[in-house]
Amino acid sequence: MDFGAGFSLIDIRPLTPEITMICTGLILLLLDLVVKKKEAIAVLGIIGTIVAIFATYRLYAFNETRSIFLEMFALDGYANFFKIIFYINVILTICISFRYMKIEKASIGEYYALLMFATTGMMIMASAADLIVLYLGLELMALSTYILAGLMRKQRKSNEAALKYFFLGAFSSAFLLYGISLTFGLTGTTNIQDIAGLVSSLSIADNAIMHLAVVFLIVAFGFKIALVPFHMWAPDVYEGAPTSITAFMSVGPKAAGFAVLGRVLFEAFGDMQIMWSSILVPLSILTMAVGSIIALAQTNIKRMLAYSSVAHAGYILLGIIAGTTDGLISSVNYLMIYMFMNMGAFAIVIMLRSEGFQGEELEDYKGLAKTNPAAAALMLVFMFSLTGIPPTAGFIGKFYVIMEAINAGDMYLAITAVVFSVISAFFYLRVVMYMYMNDPKETVILTKSPSMTFALALTTVMVLVLGVFPSVLLNLVRSSIIS
Amino acid sequence: MLVPLSWYIILSAVIFSIGVFGFLARRNLIIMFISIELMLNSVNISLAAFSHYLQVMRGQILVFFVITVAAAEAAIGLAILIAYYKNNPTIKVDEINLLKG
Repeated sequence: MDFGAGFSLIDIRPLTPEITMICTGLILLLLDLVVKKKEAIAVLGIIGTIVAIFATYRLYAFNETRSIFLEMFALDGYANFFKIIFYINVILTICISFRYMKIEKASIGEYYALLMFATTGMMIMASAADLIVLYLGLELMALSTYILAGLMRKQRKSNEAALKYFFLGAFSSAFLLYGISLTFGLTGTTNIQDIAGLVSSLSIADNAIMHLAVVFLIVAFGFKIALVPFHMWAPDVYEGAPTSITAFMSVGPKAAGFAVLGRVLFEAFGDMQIMWSSILVPLSILTMAVGSIIALAQTNIKRMLAYSSVAHAGYILLGIIAGTTDGLISSVNYLMIYMFMNMGAFAIVIMLRSEGFQGEELEDYKGLAKTNPAAAALMLVFMFSLTGIPPTAGFIGKFYVIMEAINAGDMYLAITAVVFSVISAFFYLRVVMYMYMNDPKETVILTKSPSMTFALALTTVMVLVLGVFPSVLLNLVRSSIIS
Repeated sequence: MLVPLSWYIILSAVIFSIGVFGFLARRNLIIMFISIELMLNSVNISLAAFSHYLQVMRGQILVFFVITVAAAEAAIGLAILIAYYKNNPTIKVDEINLLKG
């Protein structure tokens, strides 16, 4: 089929995963009107995602590394690897929210459709080869997550979370746009690859306005990945949003933020590496410090995990600061591992929520090992992994980013990371202490479901397997990014 | 008389700064919302100006996208605001303090 101007239907083939996800979302929206059992909609959402995975795999297997739509949309290993993270993230989120949304009385079809749209936004961000596409993907993701955070309309906490997330998110996207507009004004293009060439050929790498543009872009992405001092929204939003959405938000938008941060800084502003890494170094130290230290004072587990996810953003940043391909690989590797351990921890938090019992306070974990030994053992694995204790995957993730920091000569950064990692052990292991060394206050009834068991099994197996055989994942990341 | 590019850029920077100041200093949610719109539109001014002076269409294309997204953002933002107001009738930021710690 010919659409004129040399454009044919075959050109949209690299877009099949995104089209699949959007169509799934739209079908779910329509089915919501007629289908009474919302579980059926959720299952359909998982099926749609699996089709999208298959489409990505087909494109990947044919090694179609190319840019389409006038170089606006890139299909490369880097984007594909991030898409795998987003697919697993959305599948795990759907799995852990089956029963939970029913208990929260927010089991509506839009929930699953919005998850699909948010994931599509992330996929577009990962593939964006142009700042315009990047902006659109980011907004699609952000607008969907604002609604998801406020999905429990009757609850004040959820309302407040959505409100705060919306205001700070919209504020940060204005910064992104101002950064894009300055970059466009100086280089005359919005294409990430062309910007790199123009920055060196026009020799504007030392231009003050160019630096300002990069700072604005870092601020905007910093909001999305919750870097200190742009993390103010994270604890409030994580606490107020439905727990399944907290799990979704703590992985998806963060990974997508890192995807665009890595692509923009490495590809477009590769010549200005000294400049942007000098901005990111203090941000990274602050992020690790604030995340680890404030988490010590939390009594709500969702809030504690929010600060923990802030701290983890600081560790992931180490690989980006290193500025090498190996550094980027270690960051992406960490993101994948972080997804499994964080999702697992949130799955346990969700299991504690039952009819008439919030299960969000740390006190609620007292004596969990006596009443529910299996759940306590799994939580132990995830807490060990988040701390970074071998043989769990969390250790491997931290090991590689810290090693890359040392290889890049940032010895003090590596030492800081280790110190704050030790401090963070205190609040992770406090949960373990509550579970194993205290007597149960009241009998906690866990909300179990087959899909939850599946999610827990997958995350636990991945955390342990990747901890023992780290090269499997690392080789996959390496082959994706270097291609 | 031709208006030089720098005037547009200064105008855009000034409006953006007013928006940032309004967002950070004012304690009324609606005013903060208007400040965000101000920031987005200041970007539109600079994008259109750059686009015209460089004779590259990409800037103007982005302006259209920004306007569209801003409309969607306003719809969602006001919906969230109304959902909040139904349960908790205040639009003063200082009184929105259920979540803290």
